Amino acid sequence: MSHYFEIRDLHVHYGAIHALKGISLYVEEGEIVTLIGANGAGKTTTLRAISGLVRPTSGEIRFEGEDLLRYRPHEIVALKRIIHVPEGRRVFARMTVEENLYMGAFTRTDKDGIEEDLERVYALFPRLKERRRQLAGTLSGGEQQMLAIGRGLMGRPRLLIMDEPSMGLAPILVESIFDTIQEINRQGTTVLLVEQNAHMALSIAHRGYVLRTGEIVLHGTAEELRNNEMVQKTYLGMA
Amino acid sequence: MKTQLRLMFRAGLIGGLIALHLTLVGMVEALNKREIIEDIITLGQLLLMGVGLGTAVYALGKLPRERRTQREGWWVALGAVSVVALILGLLALAIKPLNLRFMFQNASPALVRILTFDTPGVLGLVKLWAFLLFSGALALVYLYIPQPWDRTLSYAVGITLLMGILRALVAPLLPDIISDFLFTPSGLTQIGAVILVVLWVLFLHYWPDFKARLETWQKEAQTPQGAPIRRRLNIAFLVAILVLLLLPAILRDKGSYLFEVLDMVGIYIIMGLGLNIVVGFAGLLDLGYVAFFAIGAYTMAVLTTPELPFVRQYIPPMNFWEALPIALLLSLVSGILLGVPVLKTRGDYLAIITLGFGEIIRLLVISDLLKPILGGAQGITGVARPTFGSFVVNESWEYFYIILVTIGIGIFISTRLRDSRLGRAWKAIREDEDVAVAMGIDHVSAKLTAFATGALLAGMAGALFSSRLYSIAPHSFNVLISINVLCLLIVGGMGSLPGVVVGALALVGLPELLREFAEFRLLVYGAALVIMMLYKPEGLWPEKARVSRVAREVFGDRLKTLKVE
Repeated sequence: MSHYFEIRDLHVHYGAIHALKGISLYVEEGEIVTLIGANGAGKTTTLRAISGLVRPTSGEIRFEGEDLLRYRPHEIVALKRIIHVPEGRRVFARMTVEENLYMGAFTRTDKDGIEEDLERVYALFPRLKERRRQLAGTLSGGEQQMLAIGRGLMGRPRLLIMDEPSMGLAPILVESIFDTIQEINRQGTTVLLVEQNAHMALSIAHRGYVLRTGEIVLHGTAEELRNNEMVQKTYLGMA
Repeated sequence: MKTQLRLMFRAGLIGGLIALHLTLVGMVEALNKREIIEDIITLGQLLLMGVGLGTAVYALGKLPRERRTQREGWWVALGAVSVVALILGLLALAIKPLNLRFMFQNASPALVRILTFDTPGVLGLVKLWAFLLFSGALALVYLYIPQPWDRTLSYAVGITLLMGILRALVAPLLPDIISDFLFTPSGLTQIGAVILVVLWVLFLHYWPDFKARLETWQKEAQTPQGAPIRRRLNIAFLVAILVLLLLPAILRDKGSYLFEVLDMVGIYIIMGLGLNIVVGFAGLLDLGYVAFFAIGAYTMAVLTTPELPFVRQYIPPMNFWEALPIALLLSLVSGILLGVPVLKTRGDYLAIITLGFGEIIRLLVISDLLKPILGGAQGITGVARPTFGSFVVNESWEYFYIILVTIGIGIFISTRLRDSRLGRAWKAIREDEDVAVAMGIDHVSAKLTAFATGALLAGMAGALFSSRLYSIAPHSFNVLISINVLCLLIVGGMGSLPGVVVGALALVGLPELLREFAEFRLLVYGAALVIMMLYKPEGLWPEKARVSRVAREVFGDRLKTLKVE
């Protein structure tokens, strides 16, 4: 059986450190799947392996049945449309909001499609439209996160990978960002969401994986994970 | 009262320390040999005057605007310059009894004479004080001149003094009769100074009107009825270009020195354009840029010189045009070869590795082992000159045309690349490399292209340099060249093409024309860079925030009404 996107027995080493110890996971088309775990569990490493930024020591990463490991990072974006929204709201500070968004469409040549997506992003984030001519570095934290997500959408992703979109944002903003992620998914984008904020992530995801020190320790539907005692204790902060 | 006293002493001490420094390194004395205005003021005195003026401006700047013209402003400003005068006076008194010359070789009796205006005793010190009070008072007088005139007048005086300082540049451009009238061999005549100030005041005063008229013309030219105006503007533009192009040929007899300087400036502009692509566009800090300059220069020299018997037994000497493509190719290839291993590193690491590469090339060139091929420490002479049929390019002003064409090509390449997809990729990499990769940019090839293009332009500059000088030696390829080129980019404005030209003129042209500054060049560089970073970190002519090409295509004319905030 072949999944839309699948990781099988993935190992990553940083020198002597064994960062990922054989993780496996899959994402079906149209899903939101979340990968939760504490600091240093290996969440970002997983994402970096998917985007081709780290070479795994062994294992497979497949998208629609095709091996991703033979592609270089920019090819994964350009050919496979797997797009990574990096953690920590990294926008191009000295470009305007709109230039940032156009950079998201760097690998595309369909001018009409780009315009369409620009309007779509502006519809999702009206704030960005108001500030389109402003330098991205002068935006507030929440707006920068919106811009980073919008920029990711400009590549018309077939799989959108988000690294901690809630990081460092006020609770009220976190909620609105997650609403938007859900909206993006409803419009047809498959999402792999990496989060420390397990509560929020599990409230919008279909399924989830729990990563601990380089291993998947738990897998299930969001509902199941929310009710799991260990998850409740460790990640949801319930007694 | 207490705060004003503190301010006065602080400004005075800062100014005093600067003045002390400038005098003890010998700058005042060295510059004192140049009379900027005949029998009135020398460059050294001008420097001290600048310190006094700067001290007063600094002190006044710390006061609230409305209090500057009150008695308080006068006290603080004049008090501060008096502190400077006190410090310099003590220096003048201390030089002889304390035998300061033992430690500071510039603390000479000549310096004392300069500081006391050739007047012995107390009167000399009073003169020094009066001189500095006058400098400080200039800042106060400025505050009392009514609005448009304060600016006009100060600019006019400034430009006039600058013309006096840059006499070597300005005087040859004017017909003999006029320049003999206005200029002395070292600066301006008294009448000349007065005339120039008046002319500049008039010019600056009417300039806004003139500019407004030009702008309305331009607007009219764009309307459908504007065809005749458009034609006239085009003709005027062409004539201006033609005159500029013919200028070197017209001036060749008067200013061979001028063209030597301009050639050097031009060669630095070519290098600057190249490094601008690497550092300004792609954000890769390359401190070994001189390596590619050396490779271009040495390839040209080795291939064309009749010397080097070892090489000549295999290849006969080529002419300039045969050797040029090989020189360019070699520098391009070396750019790629260095790029491949180096580009995985970032920031400081990249800077250090490139720095090392630059040194390796210099050491190879100087080595005895490679002496049969590269000429060793003595270098190589007899480098070929460019030829057109039987015409040999020989004179500095003739070279200037070739350099000018090369600069044109370099600017063309730079603008095309900047506005291309590759240019946007560079910009993204400069901002944030990781995110750029996440956007699907092939960062390895983008960085390599930047490195290779930069190396190509440096190689071209090198080839022209060795041919122009006829001979080359390893010591012309030290790390200071890399630093100079980097400095000119910083001063001009990173990533800005006009900035490269302005930076090269300021950092290469000015020191050449101001021979007096030659030995203080690094001091002036350092001071200029510190001041730039404090007050104008974006450079003299910064890159404008440009609207991306895609945005322009998409929004077309609507962009003109939208303002970049």
